[in-house]
Amino acid sequence: MTVELSAPAHDAPELSVAPEPETWAAVCAVEEILPERGVAALLGDIQVAIFRTHDGVLFATTNRDPYSGAMVMSRGIVGTRGAAPTVASPMHKQVFDLRDGRCLDAMGQAAVGLMTYAVAECGGVVHVGLPGRNPGS
Amino acid sequence: MDLMDTVNPTTGRVVVVGGGMVARRLVDALRARDEEGRWAITVLAEEPRAPYDRVALTSYFSGRDPEDLELGDPGLWDDPLVTLRRSDTVVSVDRDARTVTTARGAVFPYDHLVLATGSYAAVPPVPGKDLRGAFVYRTIDDVADLRGYVESLRDRLDRPVRGAVVGGGLLGLEAAGALQALGVASTVVEFAPRLMPIQVDEGGGEALRRLIEQLGVTVRTGAATARIVGRQGVVSRMEFTEGRPLDVDVVIFAVGVRPRDELARACGLPVGERGGVVVDATCRTEDRAVWAVGEVANIEGRCLGLVAPGYTMAEIVVDRILGGEGTFPGADLSTKLKLLGVDVASFGDAFAAAPGSLEVVVSDPVAGVYKKLVMSDDAKTLRGGILVGDASAYAALRPMVGRPLGGDPMAYLLPEGTGATPEGELPDEATVCSCNAVTAGRVRCAVREDGCTDVAGVSACTRAGTSCGSCLPLVKRLVTTELTRSGITVSTALCEHFELSRAQLFDVVRVQGLTTFSEIVARHGRGRGCDICKPVIASILASLDTGHILDGEQATLQDTNDHVLANLQKDGSYSVVPRIPGGEVTPEGLIAIGKVAKDFGLYTKITGGQRIDLFGARIEQLPAIWRRLVDAGFESGHAYGKALRTVKSCVGSTWCRFGVQDSVALAIALELRYRGLRSPHKLKLGVSGCARECAEARGKDVGVIATESGWNLYVGGNGGFTPRHAVLLAEDLDTPTLVSAIDRFLMYYVRTADRLQRTAAWVADHEGGVEAIRAVILEDSLGIRADLDAAMERHVEAYEDEWAAVLADPEKLRRFGSFVNAPETADPSLAYVPERGQVRPATPRERESRSVLVAGTTLEVRR
Ligand SMILES: Cc1cc2nc3c(=O)[nH]c(=O)nc-3n(C[C@H](O)[C@H](O)[C@H](O)COP(=O)(O)OP(=O)(O)OC[C@H]3O[C@@H](n4cnc5c(N)ncnc54)[C@H](O)[C@@H]3O)c2cc1C
Ligand code: FES
Repeated sequence: MTVELSAPAHDAPELSVAPEPETWAAVCAVEEILPERGVAALLGDIQVAIFRTHDGVLFATTNRDPYSGAMVMSRGIVGTRGAAPTVASPMHKQVFDLRDGRCLDAMGQAAVGLMTYAVAECGGVVHVGLPGRNPGS
Repeated sequence: MDLMDTVNPTTGRVVVVGGGMVARRLVDALRARDEEGRWAITVLAEEPRAPYDRVALTSYFSGRDPEDLELGDPGLWDDPLVTLRRSDTVVSVDRDARTVTTARGAVFPYDHLVLATGSYAAVPPVPGKDLRGAFVYRTIDDVADLRGYVESLRDRLDRPVRGAVVGGGLLGLEAAGALQALGVASTVVEFAPRLMPIQVDEGGGEALRRLIEQLGVTVRTGAATARIVGRQGVVSRMEFTEGRPLDVDVVIFAVGVRPRDELARACGLPVGERGGVVVDATCRTEDRAVWAVGEVANIEGRCLGLVAPGYTMAEIVVDRILGGEGTFPGADLSTKLKLLGVDVASFGDAFAAAPGSLEVVVSDPVAGVYKKLVMSDDAKTLRGGILVGDASAYAALRPMVGRPLGGDPMAYLLPEGTGATPEGELPDEATVCSCNAVTAGRVRCAVREDGCTDVAGVSACTRAGTSCGSCLPLVKRLVTTELTRSGITVSTALCEHFELSRAQLFDVVRVQGLTTFSEIVARHGRGRGCDICKPVIASILASLDTGHILDGEQATLQDTNDHVLANLQKDGSYSVVPRIPGGEVTPEGLIAIGKVAKDFGLYTKITGGQRIDLFGARIEQLPAIWRRLVDAGFESGHAYGKALRTVKSCVGSTWCRFGVQDSVALAIALELRYRGLRSPHKLKLGVSGCARECAEARGKDVGVIATESGWNLYVGGNGGFTPRHAVLLAEDLDTPTLVSAIDRFLMYYVRTADRLQRTAAWVADHEGGVEAIRAVILEDSLGIRADLDAAMERHVEAYEDEWAAVLADPEKLRRFGSFVNAPETADPSLAYVPERGQVRPATPRERESRSVLVAGTTLEVRR
């Protein structure tokens, strides 16, 4: 499914690792995501974590915690570090910048980032952009 | 010929006989200073353990393990240049061949031999001294034996155990205190007309006697033991040359020490008239290859029974072996009695032996205080002093010996807090910690240049305060002053969002009645919080009983564990722990839990807290699992929260042959009272029905142990990374008094502890330690008792089962969906393999070879 999109509500992150999305998947109503919390979404065989910050901005990353390998990122605590919106892994507390997935605090390990996805709200519905594949929803 | 010239510098061998405190210091010093590794050092130790802190031996009774007496970093013994041979005694020295031989027949050649054999505990030659029940007080084995003996008597006798300590000096009083703490009614027998005759004068002795008697210890001075009478081979009575005999079960000899100079005697080295290996001011014996240090050394014509001069000697020998010029500077024999509630210190020229001394004395028999300063004849220079009943000035005064006091000496003797205590600046070269020869200048430098920001850091870096600890108040003051002076403010900020500490935050939230994170961060912080401050604020709000933890914005503050009321496991599944108060469960309850586990395919394990942990629950299964558990009468066990976990109990007097109180009933009552209480860290309690302590209550934050007449309350224990035994807070409480003491302890902790600070660390960090906490809780020293009581009442009233509340609220149930767009689909990444009849998460390798995987659960999820 492809939809018309308004521009993302935040500045395009510089370090985004995801290429231009080719398909957009409607995921849920925006109210289903509590402010400052995340949800997991299953798009084909991809697990995406979608977060909504205090000021209503949406972010999407992989749901996979790169340190433990568990699909848990959506359950992390959302906050800020300086100006950066962040999520902390619920497993071992590594902190990631939600805008570009960069690891801001690796808790003494090598820094590994999170894959990010484009996300946008359209008519109260949250859409996630997936690169080069059909999410099959 | 100097040995140094003949030794091949790459293969030098230092052999130390004796593995005591001074030997350890010698090894430390040599390994620290011999940077090229020119010397290999071998320690031959008779005791079965590495050198330990003999000075702190008595703390073994307050429940410390032998490991807690460890000295310094045990890694020292892994150093390739260091060899420690335990449980082997050196039996002879061949000075011509330069070898020593041990009882097990090993022979060690040496280039330098250091005798560090310490002392024997002296035993007077009275008949009956070898009966079972007569002890000395020198090694861990001695005190372990004593404790075991007293405990076995306590179990056998139906009256209190009776004990006597022969010797009323520093050691004897410490031993009497230890006996008393073991519940032994004790008498101190001293030959001299007063207690601690070597350290205090007559006036001090009188005050001291009253203090000791207040502990319940009987004092008999001027008494000479004639013999110890046994019955069936065990001690039963003591007789004196005059006066009534004394019925006793246990006798401890603490009459002094005798240097273990037998090796030196046997190989022809000179020993002193009253024993001790004679050494010169460089600690060398007549034989240039043989040195003696510590208590066995006879230096300046006497043996010194304190650890500080021994450490100095160790440093000198190392210095000399490495070619230095160190000499013994003379000993500081200042001492402070280490007995709880009895403050005695004596320092410098305490008896005004030097001609032309002035004495300034303050004596207050009512308050039990006697203080004396010995001054030079112009009343300006401090020469020494005796402090009995209040030795708070000791740490500050001792380094001033030989220096002008600056001001009226009387001011130092007035009680603390009267505003008169002068805050004189200590000169840099004044010794602050005499055990470890640390000067005020070194402490200041540790702050200024080594970047230490607290007492713990300074202690680690300088060793100040690591032995007897009597200097710690002074070290703390110096550190604080120096920090302020260097403009370093010690940050207690929680994280980048809050400048306040957890305790401060707790207060402002409570006082201002704030109830949401947004309000709190707007008023007292910045940004939108993080995984540090959000759970802290969630916990504070929960402690203040501001409603269900998943209500409104509070839900967003919770860690995933609290957010879904279950414990996250390594693969992203959760574990579920229903509450089983006191570990008591009906067969029906067990069957219900078993059926849930079976139906959902959960791995089942009994926890250390006497309940059952069910692993492998997927997030979307949690409500269905809990519906079943709640229907079977179970409640949330809060295993996921920083909250009360369990109250462990033994079976107690209802069934147990030995139990003296109903520990199960009390444990259940306590668990039901405190369930749901949110705290800075997890809380565990334990209740034992008798002194056998089967519930391991002293390993808990709050431990209760039954006595014949009530309950003893212990606080601040924990297992985990740094295990600690709980310390005694109050004795023989009746049940209502016990419960209200625990109420206050917990609430006070909840309000004032740091983030993730367990009770053990909180007690240790609390200004004034456990005594101050006792004063707050039992004597209301802060005037907050009513407030703490009311807070606990509110908690008890407001309690509701978190899981039952979630199940009744469709809004809250929604967050348990696995995927927002497929709420009942299992996370496809979860994979399990069978093991011992249950499942466990597959390893990455097993995942690759997909064949071994089994489905996690067998029941359809009902929502
Ligand atoms: C209960 C108690 C409280 C004390 N409190 C204080 C205090 O508050 N302040 C203070 O300054 N001092 C205190 N002391 C004294 C202090 O502990 C000693 O001064 C200090 O331990 C002396 O150290 P050392 O190494 O010379 O001897 P030790 O620590 O006695 O070590 C000697 C070791 O050598 C071993 N040994 C002996 N002969 C041989 C051999 N032939 N072969 C192999 N090994 C051998 C012994 O088994 C022993 O382990 C206290 C002592 C006790 C017992
Ligand atoms: S004076 Fe004993 S540790 Fe400092």
